[in-house]
Amino acid sequence: MSAPAAALPNRTSNRTPLSRRLTDPIAELGELTLFGLRAARVTLSSRPRSDLLWPVLYQVGVRSIPVILVTGGFIGMVLAVQTYDQLRMMRMETTLGSVINISLVKELGPVLAALMLAGRVGSAMAAELGTMRVTEQIDALDALGADPVRTLVAPRLIACVLLIPMLTLVADAIGIASGYLFSTQALGIDRYHYWHNSTEYVTAYDVFSGVLKSLFFGAAIAVVACQRGMSSGAGAEGVGRAATESFVRSFIAILLLDFLLGMVLSPLYYMLWPGAVAL
Amino acid sequence: MSADPPPLVSLQGVSKSFGPPHAPQHVLRDVSIDVAAGETLVVIGESGCGKSVTMKLMMRLLTPDAGRVEWDGRGVESLDEAERRLRRLRFGYLFQMAALFDSLSVADNVAFGLRELGRPEDEIAHTVEQRLRDVGLSMAAASKRPAELSGGMRKRVALARALALDPELMLYDEPTTGLDPVMSDVINELILRTQQARGIASVVVTHDMHTVRKVADRVVMLAPLVRLGDPEDGQPQVRFRGTAEELFACDDPEVRAFIDGDATLRLQELAA
Repeated sequence: MSAPAAALPNRTSNRTPLSRRLTDPIAELGELTLFGLRAARVTLSSRPRSDLLWPVLYQVGVRSIPVILVTGGFIGMVLAVQTYDQLRMMRMETTLGSVINISLVKELGPVLAALMLAGRVGSAMAAELGTMRVTEQIDALDALGADPVRTLVAPRLIACVLLIPMLTLVADAIGIASGYLFSTQALGIDRYHYWHNSTEYVTAYDVFSGVLKSLFFGAAIAVVACQRGMSSGAGAEGVGRAATESFVRSFIAILLLDFLLGMVLSPLYYMLWPGAVAL
Repeated sequence: MSADPPPLVSLQGVSKSFGPPHAPQHVLRDVSIDVAAGETLVVIGESGCGKSVTMKLMMRLLTPDAGRVEWDGRGVESLDEAERRLRRLRFGYLFQMAALFDSLSVADNVAFGLRELGRPEDEIAHTVEQRLRDVGLSMAAASKRPAELSGGMRKRVALARALALDPELMLYDEPTTGLDPVMSDVINELILRTQQARGIASVVVTHDMHTVRKVADRVVMLAPLVRLGDPEDGQPQVRFRGTAEELFACDDPEVRAFIDGDATLRLQELAA
């Protein structure tokens, strides 16, 4: 028998006191931080069993490719559509390639790919671990002497940290290709100028900063999803709520990390290359 | 004369509640139970009285709010995490819904604990085959997924998984729940055979009086805290302690009502 569910709320207990509404999110953030630190420590200090790691790598990597192809493909074309009219008014259509590609590799590729993966991979992880929690499979791991963090969380953290940056690169490549094809074939931008401006303004640092962001996004998705799943409430409702909360919290974490990393990475570029000119 | 060995597991005045601190739901209050080597202890009681929680406290899958859990006379609190995990391997646990790992085959489920210990693959294969045979399953079932198995087969695979690590104490959480009478008897027979063949101690949580008659050396009956009222009323949560014979001869109305499945007392309480 699992731990008994809380009693049905009555009209009085339905109202959460203001003090708890303020302190609960702080307590949850603290729990998430402690869980993340434990997951990082366990992942760095032990090697996961390969029979547990490979299926997770397959789920996160191979099974996400269709979603990533669609995401990347549409980002490139949407950027071309949205930017073209404004650049044409300024007679700067030929710079379309640089605008699309910088936006793509620095910002939209990593963020949108991570958001899609938070939905596809993160929610699935939270639902899977939540189901394992309510069906006592996590207790069974403990009973068999296996640390659930090492057995369940570490492979997922490794998979997300390794594969989400790679999937982001795939999304970037597809976005660049779709943006190029749409701009040159549908909008009639000259191919030479499109590539020339792209290579002129898009630097390796832009690609690096996008990939670095996606590494943090991957870690955030895995930690949030696993923490939500492992502390899932009872029954189908509890598992459903864990999956939803995993996506919402990952979404917020991705946006917050994007902002913080943007604040750090942009000044860092000008510190490393003081002579560089901003686009 | 040498002193008696300490019990394999001892719960000393343990209490446990769930839910947030501002609205706790108390499940166990000041419960003490010992399990000696080689004996079969059956824990009975109404739904919600904390039987499964008692087992999880014994295994230290849950932490008590108050009281002490001892393994071989040593407080579990004094063990570090690694030592606790290692010592926990001396206990096997059959979960109520079997708790097989959905993503693994039957063979991989049974082999899981052995792989965690880093045993060689040929030894693992031999043990898996042997344990599946012990619970009446052939190697034809080894490649199946848990979703392809019936309830009785799932319970037997879970028992094989728990026995693969050669435990000194087996904990069975409602082993016959949801099974037909014949399969229930098969599971009871397996519990008995396991206890007799290996001399291991068992703790069985059940509502099934047939299981009590068949396997119990000692019986403990718990009452749900919601019916006991405040701690000041002084009613202990353990309503009965004794042998199986003493249980069935007991004339306490509450114990009799539970044994006979008589709802009269409960209906009177509800009407009041």
